[in-house]
Amino acid sequence: MSEPLITTPLRERAQQALGDRFLHEALDIATTKFIDLRREAFGDFPQGEGLRDRARAIKEATLQQLDRHLERLIDNVERLGGHVHFATTADEARDVILDIARRTGARMAVKSKSMATEEIHLNDALAAAGVTPVETDLGEYIIQLAHERPSHIIAPAIHKTKGQVAELFARELKREVAADPEVLTRIARAELREKFLQADLGITGANFAVADTGTVVLVTNEGNGRMVTSLPRVHVAVMGVEKVVPSMTDLMVFLSVLAKSATGQKLSVYTTLVQGPRRAHELEGPDEFHLVLLDNGRIAQIGGALREALYCLRCGACLNVCPVYRQIGGHAYGYTYPGPIGILLTAMLNGTRSVKELAHASSLCGACADACPVRIDIPKMLIELRKEVDEAKLAPWPERVVFKAFARLLRLPALYRLGGPLGRLLQRPFVRGGRIRALPLFFGHWTRTRDLPPVAARTFQERWTALEREIR
Amino acid sequence: MTASPRVALMITCLADLFYPEIGERIVRLLRRLGVTVTLPAGQTCCGLPLFNSGFHADAAAVARRTVAIFAGAEAVVVPSGSCAWMVKHEYPGLLAGGSDAAAARQLAGRTWEFSQYLVRALGRTAFETDTSERVAYHDSCHLLRGLHESESPRALLRNLQGAEVVDLPGSDECCGFGGSFSVRLPEVSTAILDRKLANVEASGARCVVACDAGCLMQMKGGLGRRSSGVRAVHLAELLDRERGGVR
Repeated sequence: MSEPLITTPLRERAQQALGDRFLHEALDIATTKFIDLRREAFGDFPQGEGLRDRARAIKEATLQQLDRHLERLIDNVERLGGHVHFATTADEARDVILDIARRTGARMAVKSKSMATEEIHLNDALAAAGVTPVETDLGEYIIQLAHERPSHIIAPAIHKTKGQVAELFARELKREVAADPEVLTRIARAELREKFLQADLGITGANFAVADTGTVVLVTNEGNGRMVTSLPRVHVAVMGVEKVVPSMTDLMVFLSVLAKSATGQKLSVYTTLVQGPRRAHELEGPDEFHLVLLDNGRIAQIGGALREALYCLRCGACLNVCPVYRQIGGHAYGYTYPGPIGILLTAMLNGTRSVKELAHASSLCGACADACPVRIDIPKMLIELRKEVDEAKLAPWPERVVFKAFARLLRLPALYRLGGPLGRLLQRPFVRGGRIRALPLFFGHWTRTRDLPPVAARTFQERWTALEREIR
Repeated sequence: MTASPRVALMITCLADLFYPEIGERIVRLLRRLGVTVTLPAGQTCCGLPLFNSGFHADAAAVARRTVAIFAGAEAVVVPSGSCAWMVKHEYPGLLAGGSDAAAARQLAGRTWEFSQYLVRALGRTAFETDTSERVAYHDSCHLLRGLHESESPRALLRNLQGAEVVDLPGSDECCGFGGSFSVRLPEVSTAILDRKLANVEASGARCVVACDAGCLMQMKGGLGRRSSGVRAVHLAELLDRERGGVR
């Protein structure tokens, strides 16, 4: 099952977000900070550009032989005593995890931040099956308390100000606290300690999985990933199939660019490498280890128009620099993955119909492609999606008629030249002091907030003969 | 003495219909630099709006006739980075495999955005202006990230006698135009514009310069609506001083 289609028009969702003063404040502070930190991190790192090229090349090559790398990964995880499950759909992935929970008698699951589990809407399914999911990443913890979903790939609560978090804690935890991040974090930490010790199940995503060694890699900053993978009896890691990397050497290339792109750190505070369940001589670690490999539309895109989106490391850099994301935040996009890359992933997971409006939620400024550590050409694929939307006749018919008429006009210069006199005639009632401040119908979308220039008294092509004579 | 350079001007639909003065300034300036300018007949639009909205077959048909119109040109000068990008970056792909594929590639190789033509083709960077305002430069997205050009316009401004150039915070951030994006999500487009204009106003500049008619339409539209004292102009409008101008 893919995610249900959002029916509220995107423009309405966006307007609602634009009207949210807190959202605006929170987003502006956080994205500006991320942008500066990323710039500084790469500024001090001359080999960064070359490593980005290498990272991209590794992704390209790995996808060419994805089956081989996945087989190797599976062999190695099993050799270490872990279990591997392949899930074609989100439904299958949920079923696999619920089965594990049921079989092991789990009542509570602690979770490390994972977009893959968001993608399959795991928390609702766990709760319905009588397993309490507890998010242990601070941002995820906050939005779980607020009954919301992440609005950013790496900073799920980016849309909240510290004041809002303090209010939330007061309401949900019955604790009156100051809007001080340190105090708030200490409270969350104390609440979560208990849960780590009580939980039967630890659920994580995976930033990478190394085929050669069967290692699942988690990149975190709070240490909660380490607790989730070592304290509960059972560890389940859920990852998209494209996250496999061939070797430890390849892993190092990705680690050298990931944190810099995401948070501007040289490395994240914790890089957790997990290899199967606890071994006989080890003191810590789970009795059982499960790796769920999630397809959910990915494999079909290896040879598809969205192939490059499979290179994504989920660093969130493209969100931070996106002028649209910075104005409307993640929730207005409506699906699990927000921002420029999120539009591509939404199309991959839920089909073209789900992005018929979202494909246009970009000015195509290219800042995303520039910031992407693996140089995914996001604007190009957004245009490709627009093409698919047009070809599948998903766009509203008036829009198609207008574009088709426009296309005809551009091929008939005689008709195009009539645009001058015709425009001047039609605009006459609206021009005041050399500008147009209000127009009816569709044109009002421009003029409600911006002046429109009138068609010139003489267009350039109308002036040309005289100009040419003058300068000769 | 070598023959004087000859260029064909691709006026573009926005400059043709709304900002003919930009074209006029470019022509006069090039003429004074000894460049012969022609305006091949039958020009309409480069087709970028069609391409960006996904109507690629239609965009290809437009590309085909544009390639034919400019077939004989030694060099083509375009006042907007986005249209130059369309010709240079997308025409070859749109027409690949067809009978005009080679012509499209040749046109791509001979097409210059205006500031690039002055600096990189002619090697001219020194001009005078009749403005004494503080000016700031806005990087148009297609020129900056599409054609990887940020230096030519800045070199021209830096060497422009009479003007004081100030840094524009977030100069590389989009103005929010984005073609049809500006009317599909007008509120978002305007919010992005507001951020840009706030940066312009904070920079102390009285004049914001761009090399793209799309950005200019957006920024002029917003500045006009807020009755700002700041004006938005095309680079050519600063470089072409009424009398003289070329040093």
